[in-house]
Amino acid sequence: MIKQKKKVEDSLVASGENAIANKEVEGLSQGQIIVRRFLRHRAAVFSVFFLFSIMILVFSAVDSQFGPIRTNGWWKWNPDDIPELRFGDCPNDTIGCPTISVVPKFLGGDGFGLGDHPFGQDDIGRDYFSLVMKGSQRSIQVMFVIGFFAATIGTIVGAVAGYFRGVIDNVLMRFTDFIITIPAVIVGSVIGSKFGNLGAIVLAVYLGLFAWTGLSRLVRGEFLTLREREFVDAARVAGASTRRIIFKHILPNAVGVIIVAVTLLLSGAILLETALSYLGFGVVPPDVSLGLLINQYQDAFTTRPFLFWYPGFFIISIALSINFIGDGLRDAFDPRQKRRITKKEKLAAKVMKRESV
Amino acid sequence: MLAFIIRRLGVLFLILFGSSFILYNLTAITGDPIGDLRFSTDPEIEAQIQELERFLRLDVPPPLRYFIWLRGVLGIFTGNPDFGATRLRTPVINEISAAMPITIRLVIFATIFAIIVGIALGIVTALRQYSRFDYSMTFVAFLLFSLPIFWVAVLLKQYLAIQFNTFLADPSVTLPWKIGIGLVGALFWGALFGRTRAGFWKAFTGVFIGTFIALTFIDQANWFLDPALGPVLIGLLSVGIAFGITYLSTGLNNKAALYSSLTMAPLTLISYFAVSSSLNSSSSIPQLLRYALITVAVAVAVSFLFARIDRGPVIRTTILTGLLSAHLIVVDKFMQTWKPYMEDGAVNFRPIPTLGQAKELLPQNEFWISTLDILIHLFLPTIALTLISFAGYIRYSRGTLLEVLNQDYIRTARAKGLNERTVIMRHAFRNTMIPLTTIMVVDFAGIVGGAIITERVFGWYGMGTLFNRAINTQDLNLLMGVFFITASLAVIANLIADLLYSALDPRIRVGTGK
Repeated sequence: MIKQKKKVEDSLVASGENAIANKEVEGLSQGQIIVRRFLRHRAAVFSVFFLFSIMILVFSAVDSQFGPIRTNGWWKWNPDDIPELRFGDCPNDTIGCPTISVVPKFLGGDGFGLGDHPFGQDDIGRDYFSLVMKGSQRSIQVMFVIGFFAATIGTIVGAVAGYFRGVIDNVLMRFTDFIITIPAVIVGSVIGSKFGNLGAIVLAVYLGLFAWTGLSRLVRGEFLTLREREFVDAARVAGASTRRIIFKHILPNAVGVIIVAVTLLLSGAILLETALSYLGFGVVPPDVSLGLLINQYQDAFTTRPFLFWYPGFFIISIALSINFIGDGLRDAFDPRQKRRITKKEKLAAKVMKRESV
Repeated sequence: MLAFIIRRLGVLFLILFGSSFILYNLTAITGDPIGDLRFSTDPEIEAQIQELERFLRLDVPPPLRYFIWLRGVLGIFTGNPDFGATRLRTPVINEISAAMPITIRLVIFATIFAIIVGIALGIVTALRQYSRFDYSMTFVAFLLFSLPIFWVAVLLKQYLAIQFNTFLADPSVTLPWKIGIGLVGALFWGALFGRTRAGFWKAFTGVFIGTFIALTFIDQANWFLDPALGPVLIGLLSVGIAFGITYLSTGLNNKAALYSSLTMAPLTLISYFAVSSSLNSSSSIPQLLRYALITVAVAVAVSFLFARIDRGPVIRTTILTGLLSAHLIVVDKFMQTWKPYMEDGAVNFRPIPTLGQAKELLPQNEFWISTLDILIHLFLPTIALTLISFAGYIRYSRGTLLEVLNQDYIRTARAKGLNERTVIMRHAFRNTMIPLTTIMVVDFAGIVGGAIITERVFGWYGMGTLFNRAINTQDLNLLMGVFFITASLAVIANLIADLLYSALDPRIRVGTGK
């Protein structure tokens, strides 16, 4: 008898859970539901803020240029300036140590302050903060250019292959296989060693031309399923052109998959750029990038570890926040994803049900 | 099935042909193989350039030159492949066959560790979905995804090699360190095993006290300088292994499995005394493999003694227990080699290297010392590679297991009244392994080509270094040789993965339909 009562209660709770899930999305558009789901992923939301703060800091601190747009930085040094190298007041007789201090005065520190060279100075006295800012600018630019080209090509190839199927699909997918067979680092190195000296952006474009393969397979799979759906038939019967069906009807439904894949591609791109620059096949001096900075100063780690920590910190922060944003987006776009229902909500549902019964 | 394989092989050759054609022309058109000679002031330079041009067949335009190269490579089918010669006039095939084993040695341990640790953690996080442990492991996985390996490598060199070597000069674990290591370990294992709050504290306290005692023992017994397991510890550990393996595979209720695994413990001790004299400087890998085979045979015999019915699981459990326990004897031998190794002039009490793949100055005919040397040189690269690759396995096995646990057959298994261990290990875990196996195969092939950065950072002369050299000196034949090997491995691994998938999962049939 008691057992039976328990069972009834359980089923009540179960329908209560559904009620919570349904109630939550009542009267909301698809976009609103996605935004809501994304906002629930705290790590992802935090990462968005974090990434934006880093980008604002990086692009405003020193002079930056992207195409015709130029901005002047607020930081007093630029990477080309060679101020006097500080020594004497550094611990362990090192040179050009960082002046940043974050320990407040009442804890025995120097209070919060940036000082003249917050991240220290390099071998010839250049301000390391401005170098790291410049390097981050390069790495972020390269990342977005790779992402843009890879996303565009990957989406178009995948969409065409998935929509038209047959011979076109076969040809395109075999071509994708060609590209996939060549490991990314190998392509990158071959390209980088040739085009690295033409400037970071040219390098990024060429890398982007090889980075789209994974995405195109994903988009193709999505298109293969979506093209069989009723709304596509409806559009075709209504006389929509092929281009309209692809771009207006199918693509918006596949956009979730694309956005998630591109986000993860971006974090892969920044790691690829830094790895290539580290190997010497990527961005070349006098240009600066995060991987290049680490390559140049890795031997100084024992004596001046700050030359190593700061660029590494920026690489990891950028890649990590992008990964978390990607995770949040995946949760938001995945309609099958069930949300964890907390004990409190379960209890509330139980009480609600009992009252209505 | 046969038709499928033949068709796939055909496509595979087309793919290799296409991608090598693209890469060959890309490199040949953009590069200038005699660029470094142009600015030379050597009076003989004209003759040298002409000689090199003739040697590299530069008079033939790249698309046609590709076919000259291809004709040599197609010699694979007639039994004498010709990958051309490097710019130093050495055959490419010799360079590759020297570099390949080194790269495989570099990546094989890392891949195995990454698979074992990654899958184990992935399964635990899936079983404790949405727990704090799950969240922290997710964070760790994302953090590892975002780490550049060259950055990790520098940190490892500093803290695990240079500073650890300095520590070994005068090893003593101080009280704060004991407490610190104990707390970290206890937190990890507590979160891993503690399902409830009480369980967490139980595991936490147990592990903390255990670590503390173990560290004190290591310190007191001078293990940093002269470690050894000895018969007592080997015996105790064998019993522990017997219980652990039996618990995971058949459950402690299966008396036959438990007793036959426990029997392996005294047998291990007996063989410890029996083989200790034959494990000397003239030992070899085949000898150890022979012992492993004998262990398997003994394990099968023992399980036949105990099990009357349902012998399969008992035999598997006993073999696994026997191999793991016998492996302790080898570990013990390595530990005993530690002291002479440290005292050797080439090592001089700074055992952990930051660069290279082996020490040249060590005595060559001492099996245990040179093997230990190789293993120690693998220490840092293996940790670095494991760290960056096991995150993927955590995420993937977690996702797969969660999906499997939602399946109807898991509900059926639970409804039959099977206990949770059987449901997880027999029904869910095995099905989780199906997609994972295919990923492992592809991963392993990929990592052979992908260890370029690791080799560079740790100064190994493997495929990555070869590749680096090829790019820096514009050595087209060498580059194509390296590429051909890594790309072939990748496509063949893909084919094997597909076949394996259909072999493991009868629902998937290859070759039928489109």
